[in-house]
Amino acid sequence: MAKSITVDDLDIYYGDFLAVQGVSMTVKARSVTAFIGPSGCGKSTFLRSLNRMHEVIPGARVEGKVMVDGQSLYDSAVDPVAVRRQIGMVFQRPNPFPTMSIYDNVLAGNRLNSKKMEKSEADDIVERSLKGANLWNEVKDRLGKPGMGLSGGQQQRLCIARAIAVEPQVLLMDEPCSALDPISTSAIEDLIHELKSEYTIVIVTHNMQQAARVSDETGFFNLKAAGQPGHLVEFNSTQKMFANPDNEATEAYISGRFG
Amino acid sequence: MSVTTAPTRSASRSVSFTAAKLPRFAPALVAAVSIAAAALPVLFLGWGLVAWAIVAGLLHLVALPLWARVVEGSRGATDRLVTGLVWAACVIAIVPLASLLWTVVDRGLPRISTTFLTYSMYRTDLDQEVGIYHALIGTLLITLFAAIISVPIGIMAAIYLIEYGKGNRLARWITFLVDVMTGIPSIVAGLFAFALFILIFGPSTRVGIGGSVALSLLMIPIVVRSTEEMLRLVPDELREASYALGVPKWRTIVKVVLPTALGGIVTGVTLAIARVVGETAPLLLIAGLTTRTNFNVFADRMTTLPVLIFTQNANPGIAETPGGMRPGLEIAWGGALVLIVIVMVLNLVARIIGRVFAPKTGH
Repeated sequence: MAKSITVDDLDIYYGDFLAVQGVSMTVKARSVTAFIGPSGCGKSTFLRSLNRMHEVIPGARVEGKVMVDGQSLYDSAVDPVAVRRQIGMVFQRPNPFPTMSIYDNVLAGNRLNSKKMEKSEADDIVERSLKGANLWNEVKDRLGKPGMGLSGGQQQRLCIARAIAVEPQVLLMDEPCSALDPISTSAIEDLIHELKSEYTIVIVTHNMQQAARVSDETGFFNLKAAGQPGHLVEFNSTQKMFANPDNEATEAYISGRFG
Repeated sequence: MSVTTAPTRSASRSVSFTAAKLPRFAPALVAAVSIAAAALPVLFLGWGLVAWAIVAGLLHLVALPLWARVVEGSRGATDRLVTGLVWAACVIAIVPLASLLWTVVDRGLPRISTTFLTYSMYRTDLDQEVGIYHALIGTLLITLFAAIISVPIGIMAAIYLIEYGKGNRLARWITFLVDVMTGIPSIVAGLFAFALFILIFGPSTRVGIGGSVALSLLMIPIVVRSTEEMLRLVPDELREASYALGVPKWRTIVKVVLPTALGGIVTGVTLAIARVVGETAPLLLIAGLTTRTNFNVFADRMTTLPVLIFTQNANPGIAETPGGMRPGLEIAWGGALVLIVIVMVLNLVARIIGRVFAPKTGH
């Protein structure tokens, strides 16, 4: 069910401000692709443009092509809602719905789209998604409790369970571990390894060890200078990126000699 | 105070964390002494209770900081003084309220009875009992219809402003006009409804729904304002989480944003109702005055409690016994008490609803 994403010369604007310039890459299906780079270089913006989430911000627009499974995401006939159903997203800060229980949070994607389903089917989805997110054992006895009552790491895994409950093709993760402690981080990294067999995963991270641990391919974004648009410096297999990158700037960034 | 020289610190100099402090009972002691001292002029000059309280309060405000200045130093004195001033402001704010409540309960309570609450003012015989039933029904119905008109309009306008308008020119204009509307005098709202209904239904029209229209003009800005604030408090992350699940915008608003803000919205609506339930002027104009109970807001005049209180107070009639309370005044006080109870119940309901719908943290 996983799909690959092909990006061709993508420019992203906020109003008149060019935020990201000229990105081209192919994200392989059933693999983990990581984006690294300094803050403000457009990794998150680029990630959000992959499921048209950046359009939520007024004035945001793109030029160029993003192809998923042979279809251009930015075709005028494409419905952004349909895109987001296929390309799910996990955010930097865990954001479970405060009015819903754990159970309802997992089902939110289905329920909010008013999909009719049997109780047994719903139970099935909840159990499968929570097991998929490594959270089932911790919450199975309190599914009716509010999702906000969980710890930060559990909330983030709940958000992942919520994202995979709608069975998307691609899962985008925007610094999913930056607000978590090392143990929760490790739980989520294990989870990414497991999810890889079924989903195409794209992850933005500030943690280079994390990129090295979880990803198959890595893209390095950078700014030419302050106020200049961000661009993709290098896109290669993670092994090559961390052992013997093609670009000097990449090596400088990865080895900590940045600047 | 010591003169500071070079910023060198000797490691051996000990630092003291303790300082002289007034005993814990000091405020109470000063208060007791102030009250006793202020009692002297009361005894010898024949001053009243109010003067006693004011003098005692002022003495306390001066004496405690002075004592603190001697013992604790200037920071302690300032602290005591400002604490005293804040307390005084609080008391000054509460005294009129408590006094008003007490007066209304004191004068209104004797008049309250089942007859008073279930009979109208309509009578065919001078000896018949009268009550405020007609005004109670009028208040409840007119306010209910005002809420039915203004709550959907207000909430939807707020949704437009926050979710769709996002600071465009139209939204800015609407916000500005809503702010202006918040300030319109209620009599102007009454005149608007009056003119509207006269234009449509001919001269000397008096209907309950006209009162509802006038009240809704006053309610809508309050509902818009409070709903706007509540929607603004819903974090954008929740909206994004919903969009990322492939939920359309309108469904996100209905199923995620509104439920999250529901507690606050309901509280805002109830406070808006409480605000207009006591309006007199517009209802006097358009809903008219009657002594009979009228259940139909779309036909005939309707009296509300504030209008009843106003008219009874204006024409109180003659007391049965010389020096007794005039019957109209009794009815006015009783009606005022009932009105206050309605507003209080509405506020309580708002608090309970707000608590029930508040997002749960699970702790």
